Amino acid sequence: MLIPHPLLGLRDAQEFTYLGDASLLNRPDPAEGEAAFCDYVFLRDNPAGVHRELWYHEQGDRSWLVVTRDTVTHEILGAELARDVKGAGA
Amino acid sequence: MRYSGLRLFAEALRGHRGWKPLWRDPEPQKEYDFVIVGGGHGMATAYYLAKTFGKARIAVLDKGWIGGGNIGRNTTIIRSNYLLPGNEPFYELSMKLWEGLEQEFNFNAMVSQRGIINLIHTDGQRDTYRRRGNAMLLAGADAQLLTADEVRERAPFLNFDNPRFPIKGGLMQERAGTARHDAVVWGYARGADMAGVDIIQNCEVTGFEVENGRVTGVETTRGRIGAKTVGVAVAGNSGRVMAMAGMRLPIESHVLQAFVSEGLKPTIPGVITFGAGHFYISQSDKGGLVFGGDIDGYNSYAQRGNLPTVEDVAEGGMALMPMIGRARLLRSWGGIMDMSMDGSPIIDATGIEGLYLNAGWCYGGFKATPASGYCFAHLLATGRPHEKAKAMRLDRFARGYVIDERGAGAQPNLH
Repeated sequence: MLIPHPLLGLRDAQEFTYLGDASLLNRPDPAEGEAAFCDYVFLRDNPAGVHRELWYHEQGDRSWLVVTRDTVTHEILGAELARDVKGAGA
Repeated sequence: MRYSGLRLFAEALRGHRGWKPLWRDPEPQKEYDFVIVGGGHGMATAYYLAKTFGKARIAVLDKGWIGGGNIGRNTTIIRSNYLLPGNEPFYELSMKLWEGLEQEFNFNAMVSQRGIINLIHTDGQRDTYRRRGNAMLLAGADAQLLTADEVRERAPFLNFDNPRFPIKGGLMQERAGTARHDAVVWGYARGADMAGVDIIQNCEVTGFEVENGRVTGVETTRGRIGAKTVGVAVAGNSGRVMAMAGMRLPIESHVLQAFVSEGLKPTIPGVITFGAGHFYISQSDKGGLVFGGDIDGYNSYAQRGNLPTVEDVAEGGMALMPMIGRARLLRSWGGIMDMSMDGSPIIDATGIEGLYLNAGWCYGGFKATPASGYCFAHLLATGRPHEKAKAMRLDRFARGYVIDERGAGAQPNLH
């Protein structure tokens, strides 16, 4: 799989490590309590189809990306810098 | 008697035209007491539900054909060499059921207890495996620690003097081994069918019918089927199926690849696992070397993996037994795993009354088939978890009672 890095162009997915669902960017507020954190840490949507997920460019520029990928075909539909996604409040 | 020497002789004279299918292919009825979704662990569940727990009006639904899911996509290894108290007694129950399985359902599942050796490469690893072996003994399983020489007697072809990963010994379970994966589900299917279970193939569940917090039936591609109790055992697709019931699970679906070489003369005595990388290998009765390694590591429903993992597995094999480089690969495949957040399975009720879940088997579903079916049937029949599966609760994550063999935390691709 080749990931279209927004700064570096097409990079081999092997240069990256995979974390999981991009919803991990949205850590709940500590005031929301244990149940909210339990959902955040353990529960996933796990869709068959388009999935937004976090990849870390460990063997490259050490940036976190939000990659949009189809889990049924492995087709990669896009990649953004995680800091841009987080900054936009997604 | 369906099978005998005499029958085989008679059929040979008639061109084998007299053999009948092993199970019926019924139309779904309007309503059942028990509907089980998934024809793998679900088939074992239906079998024990009918035979052991004496229940009737049971249907097994499968979206494809029986034997076409993960029961046909594994490395056929059976073993009970776990560490943690939540797991080991359960897998030992499974091992005991394997030992009596062929007599139980009167079908040749080719259960072959040829042993498993987990190799030791460092002193620290020996301590860890000694601890694991003791945990196995405490749970009634068998385990023995082998010296390097004892490993060499059994498997002289291993690379003992690999400068980075010298082999210092192994943890052996003699009673572990392999089984013929298809025959296991065929045996269960035939037994369930003879006990009156309807096996309905090509019947995909498209929704659950829930009234006042209680399940009343399922919508399928072959129409609505009413049900008092629904058990879901759809490894790999659990997240997708339970989403139809409005549930999010502590599970990610990942692809795991496995490989078979061309047929070779008998060379590998049992199952051998590399302790310095992730690689496990055995030899099938047909002669093919069956081996695998890590999952690809990203969410996938594709039933096929990518080349970097193939390379990684091959590197593990070459480090362990260089002779494998001379064998040609015949085929490879990918199966979809329910990777749970602690690497252990879930057999439990859900928030919806009458709806039960059997999921999260990670890499280890095949060996668990008998106990998974038995314990799930116990849960469906009595509403209470089986003694050996009582740690495998869905709410263990919220309560802080995770069963994390690997100690990797809530990171499914590391389990």
